[in-house]
Amino acid sequence: MASPLAGVRAARHRLKETHPLSVLIAERLGLSVLLLWAVSVLIFAGVEALPGDFAETYLGQSATPQSIANIREDLGLDRPITTRYFEWLGGVVQGDFGNSWASGAPVTEQITKRLGNSLFLAFFAAAISVPLAVGLGMVAVHYRNRIPDRVINVVSLAAISLPEFFIGYILIVFFAVQMGIATFPSTVYDNMPWSERLAAIALPTATLVMVVLAHMMRMTRAAIISVMSSAYMETAELKGLGAFKAIVKHAAPNAIAPIVNVVALNLAYLVVGVVVVEVVFVYPGMGQYMVDAVTVRDMPVVQACGLIFAAVYILLNMAADIVAIVANPRLRHPR
Amino acid sequence: MSDLLSVRDLRIGATIFPPGEAPMDIEIVHGVSFDLQKGKVLGLIGESGAGKSTIGLAALAYGRGGVRITSGEVLLDGEDILPLDKKGIRKIRGARVCYVAQSAAASFNPAHKLGDQVIEATVEHGLMTRAEARERADYLFEILGLPDPKNFGNRFPHQVSGGQLQRAMTAMALCSKPELIVFDEPTTALDVTTQIDVLAAIKNAIEKTGTAALYITHDLAVVAQISDDIMVLRNGDTVEYGPVQQIIENPRQEYTKALVNVRQTKQTEARDQTDALLKVENISAAYGNGVQVLHDVSLHVPRGQTLAVVGESGSGKSTLARVITGLLPPFKGSIKFGDEELSNAQKDRSRDHLRRIQLIYQMADTAMNPRQTVGQIIGRPLQFYFGKRGAERKKEVIKLLDEIEMGEAFYDRYPAELSGGQKQRVAIARALAAQPELILCDEPTSALDPLVAEGILDLLLRLQKERQVSYLFITHDIAIVRAIADSVAVMLQGKLVDFGPRSEVLNPPFDDYTDLLLKSVPEMELGWLEKVLASRKMESAGH
Repeated sequence: MASPLAGVRAARHRLKETHPLSVLIAERLGLSVLLLWAVSVLIFAGVEALPGDFAETYLGQSATPQSIANIREDLGLDRPITTRYFEWLGGVVQGDFGNSWASGAPVTEQITKRLGNSLFLAFFAAAISVPLAVGLGMVAVHYRNRIPDRVINVVSLAAISLPEFFIGYILIVFFAVQMGIATFPSTVYDNMPWSERLAAIALPTATLVMVVLAHMMRMTRAAIISVMSSAYMETAELKGLGAFKAIVKHAAPNAIAPIVNVVALNLAYLVVGVVVVEVVFVYPGMGQYMVDAVTVRDMPVVQACGLIFAAVYILLNMAADIVAIVANPRLRHPR
Repeated sequence: MSDLLSVRDLRIGATIFPPGEAPMDIEIVHGVSFDLQKGKVLGLIGESGAGKSTIGLAALAYGRGGVRITSGEVLLDGEDILPLDKKGIRKIRGARVCYVAQSAAASFNPAHKLGDQVIEATVEHGLMTRAEARERADYLFEILGLPDPKNFGNRFPHQVSGGQLQRAMTAMALCSKPELIVFDEPTTALDVTTQIDVLAAIKNAIEKTGTAALYITHDLAVVAQISDDIMVLRNGDTVEYGPVQQIIENPRQEYTKALVNVRQTKQTEARDQTDALLKVENISAAYGNGVQVLHDVSLHVPRGQTLAVVGESGSGKSTLARVITGLLPPFKGSIKFGDEELSNAQKDRSRDHLRRIQLIYQMADTAMNPRQTVGQIIGRPLQFYFGKRGAERKKEVIKLLDEIEMGEAFYDRYPAELSGGQKQRVAIARALAAQPELILCDEPTSALDPLVAEGILDLLLRLQKERQVSYLFITHDIAIVRAIADSVAVMLQGKLVDFGPRSEVLNPPFDDYTDLLLKSVPEMELGWLEKVLASRKMESAGH
């Protein structure tokens, strides 16, 4: 008797023959959901295993065994961990991250605002760094192994080698303190005029750009060089195509997949890795929210931030994977 | 009649970067001159490093990598194209002079449809409208014998076979109605039965369109079928230059004579082939993806003799070697070695069994650790199988180096410092170090130039006489089979179609496929291609 699993496998194989693209993309989507669920378990368990206790931190000096027990009971911490996990998960799927233990306010509401701020910062950092990195990568290829290439390489490597808080403080010292042309701290609030808002995020944006630039630039350079040395680029040249036309028509489609991959990785970093930068610049984004929550052991907030960071990371990487799949003619047009 | 292409005292240089030394400028083509008239074909022939591709590309004023043309003239219709600026030379490339590369698979952009790439240059140069170019491409696909020519252009490079790609590349070169096409080894990477089709298609297209061509190859028999004149090159110098008939039938230089006579029988077939050293019985094997690659193969290798396994790419001949070594355990069948049964999987075999079967690969380059010296490479099996160390091991290695005609001077060299032929010799010495009874040779000469390959074959035959070692020699080259085999196995799509003593397999009555294979091997004879094509036509008319 054929097992049902074998039947599923055969069906998948058949589908893969006829629609390799759809099957691959569906697989990626499924894997992403699975991964996100696994992360949710890890986050919940990790937060649970953290040393320290909210009730103790909250009560501080006035803690008595009785008051601690009362708070724990109020928050439902006396119930088994699995029950609490599934309750939390059930809420999360409906978009409800529970209430903050510290303030009692719904986490979802706070996070929406904070995430908005973080994405605002990440968006401008990306809008500047991605074109700049790809452009510099192309310039580096054009002047390969000559002075401009080396300067770009050395400067971007130096930028990536410095920790972001260090870059942040240096920028603050020069541009805000000594020259007085930039705003610090970068605190933004509701109904802030756009011009002021942009001025406020100038320094954190610059810091982020410097941190992610080198990686993307070097990958662009490597991807283009590898494509440029392929035989079909020689064919293009021997067809009498101009250098620009050859790059746009023949090099670009084949260099896209590796570049998109590293761009996605860095975009994810822009959202997830801003924690330190937000703290340095006192920017009211997700990162600072999370750091504050960790200090007071406000677990629902920590969990929510962790899960959202993970979701952003997984989503962007999945998007990169799908672009790479779609960009591959072998998968788009099966034999 | 005036000359279409006239090359005068062409000198080409390159900069090399020897490890640990300052960059050096060297000359790789030393003053070559030739003339080519409209509609004629000139064959450029020589070994690797002879400068033939470099000269061919000079007709497009192009230097590959760090190569540059240092002096001389390349006159296209009387005009020197070398001093032209970028814009001027672009007008010539892809319009008046086109190029067909050896590896069409790498030379087509995987991201675009074949049709778009074929007409690209023609449209780009403003020679035809898109629609006109498309129509011409369809016509060219048809005269090049491509399947479903109307829709062929809508396919992507990965969707067609290697032979079809090579023909598509020829169509790409012909599309703009150029005055000259440079063919750079267009059939070298193809199987013989495919090569003959592509060769016929190219010849037919050249005749129909009246374009002139430079035809670059290392195979004199191939170029003899298609050229009017032949230029023999060696190390960047002209060895001999003349009409094809004179070169083939009456070569004047020693080197040309050697090239013409390269395919000759070396070995008389052994009479008694019953003493089987290796017996493969009813082997069927499949790879992990469930695709069966060997179907019920049975054959034997006689002791001290050579069994040649021939077939085209994908016929399963290398897989058979993998099965014999135990790297790919078969799902059915057995392997007998002498009187003993061999375990199917390599990990279950005794060290002594492993020692008695050794391998030589096609790419000696990739089969050696580039960070080990020749002494370490050959010494390793001595230590592994016989526990020899130190001075004793070194003495053995030097003895082996003498046997492969290289000598002690190579003991401390690294593979990168050796030529292709020398690397293959080291690989042979490494196999011999284990004192095997059977050596599986997987196309050991197909990446080598003909004269170098000849030396390797001579060495293998001498070693066989001295050591009574058996060879299972995998090849796609019938000429090699004729030269060295005692018995022959012909494979097609994972099945054994013919097996027996050489004299039986290679002489009538033939198996159908063996017949096709034999007839497809280019012969050093003028008009051979026409003869074969005519006989094929008669056969298909007779059916």
